[in-house]
Amino acid sequence: MKVIISVIGKDRIGIIRDVSAFLAELQINIVDISQTLMGEYFTMIMRADTEKSAMPLDKLTKVLAEKGASVGLTIDLRSEEIFNAMHRI
Amino acid sequence: MITNKEVFETVGMIRSQHLDVRCITMGISLLDCIRSSAAETATKVYDKITTYAKDLVSVGEKISTMYGIPVVNKRVSVTPVSMIGAASGGYLAIAKAMDKAAAETGIDFIGGYTALVQKGATAEEEAFLLTIPEALSTTKKVCSSVNVASSRAGINMDAVRRMGEIVKKTAFLTKEEDSIGCAKLVTFANAVEDNPFMAGAFHGTGEADKVINVGVSGPGVVKAALESVDGDLTAVAETVKKTAFKVTRVGQLVAKSAASMLGARFGIVDLSLAPTPAIGDSVGRILEEMGLERVGACGTTAALALLNDAVKKGGIMASSHVGGLSGAFIPVSEDIGMIEAAEMGALTLERLEAMTAVCSVGIDMVAIPGDTPAEVISAMIADEAAIGVVNQKTTAVRAIPVYGKKVGDSASFGGLLGHAPIMKVSEYSPLKFISRGGRIPAPLGSNKN
Repeated sequence: MKVIISVIGKDRIGIIRDVSAFLAELQINIVDISQTLMGEYFTMIMRADTEKSAMPLDKLTKVLAEKGASVGLTIDLRSEEIFNAMHRI
Repeated sequence: MITNKEVFETVGMIRSQHLDVRCITMGISLLDCIRSSAAETATKVYDKITTYAKDLVSVGEKISTMYGIPVVNKRVSVTPVSMIGAASGGYLAIAKAMDKAAAETGIDFIGGYTALVQKGATAEEEAFLLTIPEALSTTKKVCSSVNVASSRAGINMDAVRRMGEIVKKTAFLTKEEDSIGCAKLVTFANAVEDNPFMAGAFHGTGEADKVINVGVSGPGVVKAALESVDGDLTAVAETVKKTAFKVTRVGQLVAKSAASMLGARFGIVDLSLAPTPAIGDSVGRILEEMGLERVGACGTTAALALLNDAVKKGGIMASSHVGGLSGAFIPVSEDIGMIEAAEMGALTLERLEAMTAVCSVGIDMVAIPGDTPAEVISAMIADEAAIGVVNQKTTAVRAIPVYGKKVGDSASFGGLLGHAPIMKVSEYSPLKFISRGGRIPAPLGSNKN
């Protein structure tokens, strides 16, 4: 499934490294990345593919959120369909 | 690719502004369950609901995970039980079968303990109406509704009189829990056949065998969008429209996914703005954000008319089929802005009645004194029905005469049903008017003034 992963947290060195490491560990393939600073906050969205991951989606979402929280980041994962539905006609 | 701004807008709506899918409701036809004996009919009803809805809860959870959005309620609506039980007379056995099926499938509510008597009632329907208080006090998840009026038929005042008595009896039988039975009973004018929201959901006879209807909800999202609008009311209306479009697109996505996963037809998306008692999920607060000190102030009806119309205009293009009630809900006990306004006296029953002329649905979740006479409740129903019939819209009354409580007290219903202060009702008697019975003729469709 194609998903959008959104990451938000206080800017610091190594955020992309941390998140990429989590995704590699969970066998999630990154397809596209876009990031920007909003004030002192770092925000990033990744388009990714969960096809190779062995974990069911509910567990994947939970594990990723926990890993994110452990390094001070809020990480959400959702099917990209909801974003397309809301923002593209 | 979707931009950062768009992604975080969606994530923010879900995480901090309470955007959720309020309900996925499966409509199930029970017409093929009619048998001549009560026990056989009840068995057929139980079997059909548990077969059709067995995956409803798990599909709801799957969708919630996939799109990262809460799916608050999973529900079932069925063909009006007054029809299904007419041949056997086993209405209460069907109610128990529905409740058992709801428990078995894990759904939150089941609606359709319903009669449509807007023009008149058969002997079987009369018998059915009398079972409503017992059905609501002996089941947990069964919801009931009765349609007593329509723009084409006028108002069946015999049924209106009867409903006042039924509401009172239901209040008495559930007196240990602040008369909560009345929170599961709606009296309608112009009821719709595809409403996904409780307590008024039932599956119309014009519907297919198995249909998915979805209600999305986002009062918090609309309120948050309006916080950044400094312009005039045209700008306010435009912002509401754009927001309603986005919210409804989510409903359309969820409804199509759920229908496909459950092997059902996609019915409609209901555009209603439905509040919950949670902070930041209030329709009252949207009206206050527009510039009213408190909901209930002069200007409330105008602000609500703007909101209701803009929600429809924004939502209608976002879904291939819009239906149900589709408007702003104003249930007092389920909306923190309305609760506060009612507690401080800013919001009165008379203002609420005026508001119902421009939005869906009616006098909803309003707690009134326990000693309110049946004829006064009937007269409240007649007033609301008149507003609906004349304006060709759905209106309803879900009033709760809380047993043993009076103005100044408060009633608590728990969960999404919330809590409410007991509101003052006019003490002048409509007894003679209600006792007359008969029918108020259907209104003229032309020469409108």
